[in-house]
Amino acid sequence: MNLMRFKGLPILKQLRIEEQLLRTSSENWCIINDGTNDPTIVMGVSGKPAELLEIESVLRDQVPVIRRFTGGGTVIVDPGTIFVTFICNKEAVPDLQPYPRPIMSWSSSLYSKVFEGIGDFHLRENDYVFGNHKFGGNAQSITKTKWIHHTSFLWDFDVWNMAYLKLPKQAPAYRSARGHLDFICRLKDYMSRSTFIDKTVEAARTQFLLRSFELGTVENCSETEFRPSTRFLTNEELEAAAVAGQ
Amino acid sequence: MALTMWASSAANALRISRASKPHLSLAFSFSRCFSTVLDGLKYATSHEWVKHEGSVATIGITDHAQDHLGEVVFVELPEPGVSVSQGKGFGAVESVKATSDVNCPISGEVVEVNSKLTETPGLINSSPYEEGWMIKVKPSSPSELESLMGSKEYTKFCEEEDASH
Repeated sequence: MNLMRFKGLPILKQLRIEEQLLRTSSENWCIINDGTNDPTIVMGVSGKPAELLEIESVLRDQVPVIRRFTGGGTVIVDPGTIFVTFICNKEAVPDLQPYPRPIMSWSSSLYSKVFEGIGDFHLRENDYVFGNHKFGGNAQSITKTKWIHHTSFLWDFDVWNMAYLKLPKQAPAYRSARGHLDFICRLKDYMSRSTFIDKTVEAARTQFLLRSFELGTVENCSETEFRPSTRFLTNEELEAAAVAGQ
Repeated sequence: MALTMWASSAANALRISRASKPHLSLAFSFSRCFSTVLDGLKYATSHEWVKHEGSVATIGITDHAQDHLGEVVFVELPEPGVSVSQGKGFGAVESVKATSDVNCPISGEVVEVNSKLTETPGLINSSPYEEGWMIKVKPSSPSELESLMGSKEYTKFCEEEDASH
């Protein structure tokens, strides 16, 4: 498995690299991005802006909004977010069926090693939680031959940024209609950034032979004309969504 | 995982009764894991089905696939007129925070898409072989159907796939 580590890589660039690797690379990848410099809203492939975002505030404050290529919900990411991604061939994990629930079961067992003895960690209705507080959101995409599982971990967050997100209509039962600040928690209350990243790499090493890769190597090796679907939504699209209630 | 599989198989067993409704003219056979597999259709190893009638082939995903994917909340389909190729993706479904590619079992031209899936994507779960159909294709190489599995072969394929994980 190739390991790429970044610090502060723009989230759009990270997601486009991931999408390209999923669609064009035959190798296995682990990508870790320690924070992203600019606060950005990231929606899943089917997200409806009017349902998920306070569009007026988003437009007023010019917060960038990305539609990513994987499923799942909406997050707002910033320098306090740590991203960990696994891109695997279907044979990479022995006896793993390439469907959403088995993949998430595998990833939660990997992270159980990271958080062993810390904070009552578990996978709860597809979220990573300490107790009943979410600190990591997951999303996946599954192709004929590969799958990707990526997570945004809330090592820290800005409470003001959460105000850009509405309470989602489809929420896990354990959320119990709690507002953002009562529902989520900070990983920094349990572990330092470097400890979390080091332990994640160590956990991945128990299953894969890791080798470090530089981004430049990836870009130079790419000979395909792949066009990623992950993109920013324009102001016009957000305004139209607000008007149409979508 | 075994407990989860058993629970989903038991849930699937309940759906077998719906497949017995009079309007469904095709016979069905049971797999050991209780997913419904219909006779008269052809199946791909990536768990899509094809019903070839005259110059049109209807395509969707199987009961086995929808059960493993979970509740479908969004479906991405091509536009009519688009060309599709055997084994290549033509769309995607979203379930349990995951998008999963849907691959075309045969090559041809899309002539119709199931617009009901926009508002009611769950039809893929509740009626994978009927109301949950995804696209209709005018086949360009009907002989490709011969490379697909029949119901008995597909049933065995699913059993072996589940047993090996």
